[in-house]
Amino acid sequence: MENLCDKTGRLIKAPENFISPEGIRSVFAEAKAGRRGFIRQAFAAAAIAGTAVAGTGTAPPVVAASNPVPPEGGDPNILNLQAHTTGLGMPVVTDGYGKPSKYEQNVQRRQSPGLTQTNQASVSFAPLQSLFGIVTPSGLHFERHHQGWWDIDPSKHRLMLNGSDSSLMKTPKVFTMDEIMRMPSVSRFHFIECGANTGMEWGNVAVPTVQYSHGMISCSEFTGVSLKLLLDQCGVDYKKARYVLAEGADGSSMTRTVPMELIENGEVFVAYGQNGEMLRPENGYPLRLVVPGVQGVSWVKYLRRIEVGDQPYGTKDEAIHYVDLMPNGLHRQYTSTQECKSVVTTPSGGQVLLDKGFYSISGLAWSGRGKVTTVDVSVDGGRNWRPARLQGPVMSKCLTRFNIDWVWDGKPAIVQSRATDETGYVQPTYRQLRASRGTRSIYHNNATQSWLVQESGEVKNVQLS
Amino acid sequence: MFSSPDRLCGWALMRRLPVFLAFALTAGAASAQVLPGLGRPATPKEIAAWDIDVRPDFKGLPKGAGTVAHGQDIWEAKCASCHGVFGESNEVFSPLIGGTTPKDIETGRVARLADGSFPGRTTLMRVPTVATLWDYINRAMPWNAPKSLKVDEVYAVTAFMLNLGGIVPDNFTLSDQNIRDVQNRMPNRKGMTTDHAMWPGKGLTSGRLDVKAVACMSNCATEASVASMLPDHARNAHGNLAEQNRIVGAQRGADTTRPAALGPEARLPAPPHRATAQAAAAPAAGPDINGMLAKNTCTACHAMDRKLVGPSFREVAEKYAGKPDSVAYLAQRIKHGGSGVWGQIPMPAQGISAQDTQMLVQWIAEGAKRP
Repeated sequence: MENLCDKTGRLIKAPENFISPEGIRSVFAEAKAGRRGFIRQAFAAAAIAGTAVAGTGTAPPVVAASNPVPPEGGDPNILNLQAHTTGLGMPVVTDGYGKPSKYEQNVQRRQSPGLTQTNQASVSFAPLQSLFGIVTPSGLHFERHHQGWWDIDPSKHRLMLNGSDSSLMKTPKVFTMDEIMRMPSVSRFHFIECGANTGMEWGNVAVPTVQYSHGMISCSEFTGVSLKLLLDQCGVDYKKARYVLAEGADGSSMTRTVPMELIENGEVFVAYGQNGEMLRPENGYPLRLVVPGVQGVSWVKYLRRIEVGDQPYGTKDEAIHYVDLMPNGLHRQYTSTQECKSVVTTPSGGQVLLDKGFYSISGLAWSGRGKVTTVDVSVDGGRNWRPARLQGPVMSKCLTRFNIDWVWDGKPAIVQSRATDETGYVQPTYRQLRASRGTRSIYHNNATQSWLVQESGEVKNVQLS
Repeated sequence: MFSSPDRLCGWALMRRLPVFLAFALTAGAASAQVLPGLGRPATPKEIAAWDIDVRPDFKGLPKGAGTVAHGQDIWEAKCASCHGVFGESNEVFSPLIGGTTPKDIETGRVARLADGSFPGRTTLMRVPTVATLWDYINRAMPWNAPKSLKVDEVYAVTAFMLNLGGIVPDNFTLSDQNIRDVQNRMPNRKGMTTDHAMWPGKGLTSGRLDVKAVACMSNCATEASVASMLPDHARNAHGNLAEQNRIVGAQRGADTTRPAALGPEARLPAPPHRATAQAAAAPAAGPDINGMLAKNTCTACHAMDRKLVGPSFREVAEKYAGKPDSVAYLAQRIKHGGSGVWGQIPMPAQGISAQDTQMLVQWIAEGAKRP
């Protein structure tokens, strides 16, 4: 079996997805009894039916074990036409708002058991292991609520802009949603990552899958209005007003300080749209702040007020939470930028590879400082690295999808990815990160992630230091 | 800058003027595009209603005062059920009080934060600014009735918390007049640093990167072995991973209901009928239990199947299952409140409608099935 897959030239690509789980079960059961014999048996028909498949060489054709030709000479899924091929399908508008296939019901956002004591000040994680590309379906977007979520009547929602001091803003103003949606809009793709994403893993491995280790990140196309444009309607003294306070309308009335530089460069906007429709209630319907590159807590949901001021605000989430404890007992305050980070999403923890042979290792990379320039992937625990393909588009402060070819030889492998951004910053290892920040900082863990692929095919979350 | 154009020779002026004008126009357009007819001035009354933030320098702090003793009364009525009588409880939220010493009040640094073996980090150990406490209590507390405290009550609750932390004496009255003095006694007032590169603006932080990794490509130094992974007994702690992965594709989720030690087949995913059967079903038609629970903030203290502040709905259902008078009994308990049956934390009398009460107790009597 060892030489079955070591030559890509002899491999017929395995469409693993065509075999039923029962089939896979029997493959492994047989494997236990003696794989070589099993392969001979199972593929006898294939060898008889099609020596032409693999050309004219003297060696027997190599066929992927996960998609064998059954003894009757063909796949019943091909030979027997099925109901959907021979019957009448469903009419239009069976559902006024379409839903995913019933076969996709395992793809759900989930809570990590025991992480939070209440369900209203809590978090649910996006299923990164099952997502493609860079956009997170809105219904799978991670959630973080500080005092429960609301579905707010947009006709009653208002945005107020004022100054901490009357000298900083000429005319404080109030806008309705109707007015905001009349203004010139921008649509941009950005990731939003909770500052505490991967926070459970600072000291040691604590969770089994990428959903729980990295699932407090999502990426959407957001639509809305530049905050600079809104402030310009009010007459701001930009020389003195170097800070902005954003405040939510929900019970927690979340407040966070944002630097005026990010507003002046046009990056920050108030968003009502997400992936072509309005924001989901869990994500702040009808209005939230978008602060590209900055941790999610600053993207204030149910945004009701913007205040300009001449000093930072030291809010609860800048003075008690979202402060990073360093080994010397000091807390870093106003840490906001999400530094360059990446993670392999397939294969990843809790998954089982179905067979040896070809795989496309795939994952996500991002930086709060701009574009991702390179992602390198290692399958030997970080000794040797190869550059991965970046799947376009590659956008600033947005998720970037990467992939790289890999032929798994069935031996244990440790898969890692490492991203570099356009500032030249390289994603660090746990050893490097802990050397500076210890293990108690909770926030801003952007260390490289290691997945151990075991001989059984099962993938485990591991740390090497 | 063109006050004496005669000092410039003609060609130079001709060359500079258009550039200057173009710059002025674009800068003007970018910095103040006014959109007619959109937005209106906020009234002073509106601003007063919403502009409630209090900065570390106390800008925005309303005048008022509250005593430690008054704070204790409010605390026991509205705060202790979540935070514990002494702010020490870890039941619902992380502890607020504890871990600070008189020495910390002197130095302004909480010494235990440097001690990696000290188990917890309370709010008083972290918060550097007393204004932050005042602001947050005022805007977001109590948990299920935020913004219901009056200004003097916020002063009182803040005073009580400071008293629990040994920062102010038992007979103290906290007010807008003396809160600056209290700031000078905050145990962690010198405990923050801005020496980092993670603030995306200028001036506030040092901007120094603390980690500088290098992208080595081959024969790189690496760790010898796996240093940490989940123990086998935690294999299923996050639920069956087979049911958390797509049923089609390059890989499946591992069946973590079975031990890993059995061999490769044990890690195989469950058959699809099992995997899909578990997934969320469409909400059944019937009374909107979730809506009713949320509207009446029942879920602030009760969860479906685990203890929170009070017992889970399931526990209540099990306790009263099959008792003929349970519907009437539970309706009375909800209406009048009570304590002792499930522990010492009292449930206050609930002002919920008769119709909702009926829906609630009926649902519990039928087993409190997850709606």
